[in-house]
Amino acid sequence: MPSHQASIASQVNAETIEQHQYDVIIVGAGGAGLRAAIAASEAGQQKVAVVTKSLLGKAHTVMAEGGVAASLGNVDADDSWDTHFYDTMKSGHFINNYRVAEVFAKEVPDRVLELETWGAVFDRTPAGKIMQRPFGAHSFRRLAHIGDRTGKELIRTLQYKVIHQAVDVYQEVTSTALLVDAQGRIAGIFGYYREDGRFVLFRAKAVVLATGGWGKAYKVTSNSWESTGDGAAMGFRIGAELMDMEMVQFHPTGMVWPPGVRGLLVTEGVRGEGGLLYNSKHERFMLRYDPVLQELSSRDVVARSIYKENQAGRGTPHGGAWLDISYKPAAYVKAKLPGMYEQFRSLADVDITREPFEVAPTVHYTMGGVRVDPETCATNVEGLFAAGEVACGLHGANRLGGNSLGDILVFGRRAGAGARAYAAETAWKEIDPSAVEREAERVLAPLAREDGEQPYHLMADLQEVMTTYGGMVRSQEGLETGLARLQELEDRAGRMAVKGTRAYNPGWHTVFDVESMLLLGKSIMLGALARKESRGAHWRIDFPEELPEMGSLNYVQRLRGEQVVVEPTPVPKMPAELARLFEDDRAPGVRRRAERSGEGREGR
Amino acid sequence: MSEEIIILSVFRGDQSGGQEQAYRVPLETGMVVLDALHYIQAEYAPDLAVRWNCKAAHCGSCGAEINGMPKLLCKTRLDEYVGQVVHVRPMHAFPLIRDLVTDVSWNYRVAKEIPPFQPATPAPFVMYQRDVDRIQEFHRCIECFLCQDTCHVLREHGGHDQYFGPRMMTKIAEWEMHPMDTANRSAFLKDVAGIPMCDVTRCCVEVCPENIVITDNAIIPLKERVADIYWDPIQALFRKFRRPAGSLEPTKSPVDG
Repeated sequence: MPSHQASIASQVNAETIEQHQYDVIIVGAGGAGLRAAIAASEAGQQKVAVVTKSLLGKAHTVMAEGGVAASLGNVDADDSWDTHFYDTMKSGHFINNYRVAEVFAKEVPDRVLELETWGAVFDRTPAGKIMQRPFGAHSFRRLAHIGDRTGKELIRTLQYKVIHQAVDVYQEVTSTALLVDAQGRIAGIFGYYREDGRFVLFRAKAVVLATGGWGKAYKVTSNSWESTGDGAAMGFRIGAELMDMEMVQFHPTGMVWPPGVRGLLVTEGVRGEGGLLYNSKHERFMLRYDPVLQELSSRDVVARSIYKENQAGRGTPHGGAWLDISYKPAAYVKAKLPGMYEQFRSLADVDITREPFEVAPTVHYTMGGVRVDPETCATNVEGLFAAGEVACGLHGANRLGGNSLGDILVFGRRAGAGARAYAAETAWKEIDPSAVEREAERVLAPLAREDGEQPYHLMADLQEVMTTYGGMVRSQEGLETGLARLQELEDRAGRMAVKGTRAYNPGWHTVFDVESMLLLGKSIMLGALARKESRGAHWRIDFPEELPEMGSLNYVQRLRGEQVVVEPTPVPKMPAELARLFEDDRAPGVRRRAERSGEGREGR
Repeated sequence: MSEEIIILSVFRGDQSGGQEQAYRVPLETGMVVLDALHYIQAEYAPDLAVRWNCKAAHCGSCGAEINGMPKLLCKTRLDEYVGQVVHVRPMHAFPLIRDLVTDVSWNYRVAKEIPPFQPATPAPFVMYQRDVDRIQEFHRCIECFLCQDTCHVLREHGGHDQYFGPRMMTKIAEWEMHPMDTANRSAFLKDVAGIPMCDVTRCCVEVCPENIVITDNAIIPLKERVADIYWDPIQALFRKFRRPAGSLEPTKSPVDG
C-alpha cells in the first residue's frame, strides 16, 4: 500500500492540473445556486461559473412538490408579509434569525413574480392570477404551485434563464475542498470531473455554497442521493460556523410500502387539498393533537402525532398512518396531485382516488447549517457565502412547508449579489500549490488501497446509526451511544478502498459523501446533546418540555482541529416594531380581518 | 417472496468496448431496476456506473434501455419481468461514457440556442387556467432524454446536427404557445432546430414517462405554424400586405399564439 500511494503522489503536480479562474463560483445547481448565478452575472462585468456534481436541472429542488409560499394575497386578500413573517417565526419556535425571516417574507412575492416573467406557469385562480393553496401552519392560502411539481417548475425556469446568461456551467464536477490563502480567505476550489476523474482547480474571489442539505445521512429520507452536505462539510473544515445542527425536519408523510420507496415524499399538498389522517381504528387522531389546525398543523407536530399513535398500538401495518383523499372527486385529485396519483399507481399499485394509503415520517430537511449574514449571506470566512438549505437562520426549529422554495429564491439572489459585490472589491488570493497537491493525494488515496472498507457499506451503517440515535426521538444515552458508533465509523472511513479506475466510478464518489456526512452527523448529535429541551423538530424524551430560557439560544459549532466545539449564542433580539406583532396570539392578517368584520372570527 | 432471484444482464464497458455481465439479485416486493443496480453496486461491483438522483421519477437522470426499451430505471418494476433475464444497456443515441452512463451534453448545448421566452410585459400576468392547460403539459418534462434516445433522426441517423429532437420541440412549444410570449421562432424551428426532419412516427410519445403527447400536441402544431408561414401561398400573399414596414421576418400569428 505505501508504495502504491507514493507512486500516485508523485504523479500529482499542482501545475499540471486543469485550471480556471472566476470572480464568483457557485457550488451547487439547485434553486439557490441557479438563482445566485443569475444575480452574480446580472451586471455582466464578472466571470461567473456554476460547479455541480450532477447534471443541470437534476438537483434536489426538482423534488419539491407542494409550492412556494409568498403573501401575494391572490386568494386571501388579507395575507401580508407580516403575517408570513409571524407564521415563520412562530413555527420556528423563535430561534430563527428575525432579520432573515423579515427579509424573506418581504421579498418572496417579487421573487415568485419574477419567475413568472421568466416563463414559469403556475396554476391560475378564476381571475387569472397565480393560484395559492393552503399548507400546514400558514395562516392563509399562500403556496403558489403547479400541481404537485412546483420544484421542477422552479428549477427548469431558473435553468433555462441561466443557460441564456453569461454563466459557465461545469456539470458532473465533484468539489472536494475549498481552498484558502494564508489568512484563511477564500481562494478557490479543488475538484474532479466525474466522467474521467481528472482534477480541476478553480481560482475564485468569492464562492457561494448552494449545496443543499444532508438528509441522506438517514436511512428513511425523502432526499435524493446528492443531499450529502458536501458544502456544509467543506465550509466547516475551513472554519465556517455551523448553527442549530440538531434541527432536522421529519416530514410527516413519506411512503412506507413497498420497501424500495420507503421515505419517498408524499406532498403536504395532499393534506392541503383536503387529505385526512386516520389511525388503524379509523380515528382522525389529529383532532386530538391539534384541534385547531388539525391535519394542517406544523410538520413537527404531525410527525410526532403519527409516531405516538404507533407507540400506542394504533399504527398501520407498516408502522404509519392512513392518508385519505379518496372522498374528493377523482378528476380533482388527478388535476391537483398528478404526481402523487402517478407515484402511487406505478410504484405501489395504489389508486389514491379510490383508497387511503399508508404514510410515515421521513427525514426531509436540515434546518441547521452554515451561519450567514441576513443581508449578503456572507459567512464568517471571508469570501465564502451560503444560501438555501446549506445555510441556517430562516427556519429555526421547524420549517414551514413552502418556505424552502421561497428561501432559495430570496437568499440565492442575495448571496449571488453579495458575492458579486465582494468580488468587485477584492484581489485574487494566493493558493499554496502544496495544499493542492495534498488534497489531490487525499482524494486519490482510496483508489490506491488494495483492500479496506467498502464505501457503500459504510454509508448504510452511517444511515443506520443516524436513524437509530439521531432520529426523531432523542435522549442523552442514545446520542452518546450514537457518537461512539460514529467514532467507530470514522476509524473505518479512514480505510475506505475503491476498486476500479477514476472514470465515472460511483464507489469513489461515495467516499466523499460518506466523509461529509460523518462530520455533519457528529455535528447533529453534538447539537442535539447540547440542547437539553424539546423544541420544534428536536425532541428529547429526557427533556420533553420546551424551556423558555433556551428559546433565546442558538447553538453555534466550530471545528478546532479534529474537535467540534459547541457554543450557546444569543438569538438576535427582534426590534420593538416586530416584537409587537407577537403580542396578539393571532397572526397580523388574521387579526386585521377579524377587526374589520367587527368580531373575532378565526382565520383558516 | 424474498427468496426469489432475478438475473440482470448489465452492460459494462466504455468507448473501447464492453459486454453484458450477469448478476443475481434477490427480488423484493415492489423492487425497481435501479434498486437492483444499487444491490449490485453494494455487493458485487462498486464501480458500476449509473446516473441517478431522486429515485422518484422526478429528475430524469436514470434513463437507460431495459430489454431494448428506453425507460427510467427508477420507475421500471422488476415484477414486470418475472421469468425473464433483464437486459440493461445505456441509451443508444448518445456517446457512451461508462457502463450505463452516456454523455448527454449535446442536449444542453442545443437548448442554449433556443430563443428564450420573451414576455410582452413583466409579471403579474392575467392568464386563465384554460389558456395554460396545454402548455402545462410540456412543463411536465423531466428531461430524461428518452424521447431523444428513441427518435429515429437521432438514434438511427445520428442527425444531431440537423434536428434538436422531441425534447427541444416541447421546450419550444412551451414558449411558442405561452399566451404572453412575443418571440418569433418560426425561422429558427425550420432552419436551425430542424423540425421538418421529424417524420411523425410518434415513438417519442410511447417512451415518455410523463405521458406528454409530444408529437400531436407540440410537434404537429409547430410544424403547422412553420408550414403556414413558409409554404402556404394564401398566407404569404396576406402577409405581403400586412407586414409592418421594415420587418423582414414574418410576424407571429396572434390567433394561435
